[in-house]
Amino acid sequence: MTHQLEIRNLHATVGDTEILKGINLIVPRGELHAIMGPNGNGKSTLAKVIVGDPEYTVTQGEVLVDGQNILEMEPDERARLGVFLAFQYPVEIPGVTIANFLRLAMQARKAEGEEVSFTEFYGKLQSALKTLEWDESIVERYLNAGFSGGEKKRNEILQMLMLEPNYIIMDETDSGLDVDALKIVSKGVNSMRGPGLGGLIITHYQRLLDYIVPDKVHIILDGKVVQTGGPELAKKMDTEGYDWVKELATA
Amino acid sequence: MTINPEVNEINKEYEYGWSNPERYAVKAPKGLRRDVVEMISKAKDEPQWMLDFRLKALDIFYSKPMPTWGADLSGLDLDEIYYYIKPEGANARSWDDVPDDVKQTFERLGIPEAERAALAGVGAQYESEMVYHNLKEEWEKLGVVFLSIEDGLKEYPELFREHFATIVPPEDNKFAAINSAVWSGGSFVYVPKGVKVDIPLQTYFRINAESSGQFERTLIIIDEGAQAHYIEGCTAPAYSSDSFHSGVIEIVVKEGARFRYSTIQNWSHNVYNLVTQRAAVYGNGVMEWVDGNLGSKVTMKYPACYLLEEGARGEVLSIAMAGRGQHQDAGAKIVHFAPHTSGTIVSKSISKDSGRSSYRGLVKIYEGAKGSQTNVECDALLLDEEARTDTYPYIEIEEKDARVGHEATVSKINDDQILYLQSRGLSEDEAAGLIVRGFIEPIAKELPLEYAVELNRLIELEMEGSVG
Repeated sequence: MTHQLEIRNLHATVGDTEILKGINLIVPRGELHAIMGPNGNGKSTLAKVIVGDPEYTVTQGEVLVDGQNILEMEPDERARLGVFLAFQYPVEIPGVTIANFLRLAMQARKAEGEEVSFTEFYGKLQSALKTLEWDESIVERYLNAGFSGGEKKRNEILQMLMLEPNYIIMDETDSGLDVDALKIVSKGVNSMRGPGLGGLIITHYQRLLDYIVPDKVHIILDGKVVQTGGPELAKKMDTEGYDWVKELATA
Repeated sequence: MTINPEVNEINKEYEYGWSNPERYAVKAPKGLRRDVVEMISKAKDEPQWMLDFRLKALDIFYSKPMPTWGADLSGLDLDEIYYYIKPEGANARSWDDVPDDVKQTFERLGIPEAERAALAGVGAQYESEMVYHNLKEEWEKLGVVFLSIEDGLKEYPELFREHFATIVPPEDNKFAAINSAVWSGGSFVYVPKGVKVDIPLQTYFRINAESSGQFERTLIIIDEGAQAHYIEGCTAPAYSSDSFHSGVIEIVVKEGARFRYSTIQNWSHNVYNLVTQRAAVYGNGVMEWVDGNLGSKVTMKYPACYLLEEGARGEVLSIAMAGRGQHQDAGAKIVHFAPHTSGTIVSKSISKDSGRSSYRGLVKIYEGAKGSQTNVECDALLLDEEARTDTYPYIEIEEKDARVGHEATVSKINDDQILYLQSRGLSEDEAAGLIVRGFIEPIAKELPLEYAVELNRLIELEMEGSVG
């Protein structure tokens, strides 16, 4: 079995509009790849399609997680295979505490008859909260309810740390974060990096990639990957903008 | 001894829907008649005044038309109901004396466990009589009384007569009249001045015989400065013909006292549940109703607080869940008679399939009740397109210096929430269940843990397969 996230010739539509027009990508475990590109070119759609948002229709192609096509699976089955999306706009679930939710989500990954033990849960929680420099009282709050943008993003990383996915997709996690929050979020992600973790980091800005240095950078334009390179590509985007890529794509 | 052959079918849908073979010492003929009322009074060996009261209530019942507002009661045939059934082994004092099949029923309801968990007095109602009644000794020493209503009448005749039917007189409404005529079973509670009972008093009700009405009558008196919490849980087995429950709960909260009455009702889906529950609250007293309505075919229930003296406070927190073929017409009443009285109503309803939840609430502020205020918040959650919810707020303010706030919201489970939870590994059903649990959390958290857990479990059962 190949331990990688592979996207093959992926086409997807929302309504009658085709957004993804043949995306090809391979992300082996152990690597984090940045996805960059201007707004409205399919970056977030890619994230939503991988996670299984029913609003999008896949018309062609495959998404393979460790060799297994996940496109026919429910979002929760994908999650249990180890795919995790840090949402750009995490929703609020009033009345459900973070602690309760985390336990249920961990429980969902257990085999029939197996229980999340208190020590397992609490031990993990302590360490995750420490990494994120968050007080324990946060987990008694309701899931994202009344959270600031920064808190919501930090909460996505908390869930990521607790659920230990194999593949993460971060959808503009840096948007709306101040520098301190950006550092903390990055620290959380970096603490997970290693041979077991692969993923995509969708962002507009180099500044996140200063903290989470990507192994590769892909540029998506008009629903396709038009350029792939190393971390220096992101820096170039930052200083020169997207115009040169657009020219490249139309050339 | 026969077991209704349809029960097994219904069991699949209703977890508590088993039934035991019927064993009765006394079973009155169907219908609400003078001889049935006399038979009840005689079987209970009552004083003359109570028989007279019952017969007067019977006349009131005959004279009052069926209510035409609220839920549809056209399917309820009052002539087809058994108004009194006395099971064998009524009022056994200890668990060992309870007949085996009755015991089985309670074991399935988990009552011995509750007992083992050192919960307070367990008064369990099987049919129309108390069969098991136990109160912790230390409370008896404090003078706390927790008896069946019948024993309350026998052992505390003066206290009983002083308060009985003063809060809910038989003239109040047709169903209060029925209850007054044929009441049987229920609890009598008295907490003396200044005594604080910190473990909840609890009781369980069940209807077992087909077409047996259950007309429990509860009278609770919390004396000055005393505090207590009373919990009533209801589960009824499922039957094919319609069943009828019409209780009356009267509560007196005296000066400076504090009382909470919590109910989780899970009647089987053929029960007409028409209940009058009301508290009279005196100076600086606090009354709280925590009311969960699941199951039943039709529920009409509006827990009331009459705030009679300055500083009195009333709260009603309620949850209703209506599924296919069900109508929960539930709400609250807060009536301000005195200055500086205050109230809160929080009502949450969940409707699915063709179920219908209505909030019906009255807030009334009489002239002279200066500086009084009540806030009402009702939130409805609809799980699908077929479900229905309505709000009927009645606000009557005669006093200028008073304030009533009313906020209502209607929401649907939103797809983004489901996707978010699914993306963390929860199935679609689990996700919807969690959102619903979150919705009722502000009320569930007011319940003792084991009841909150049971409430959540009942809602999950009702939710199964409701999304997708």
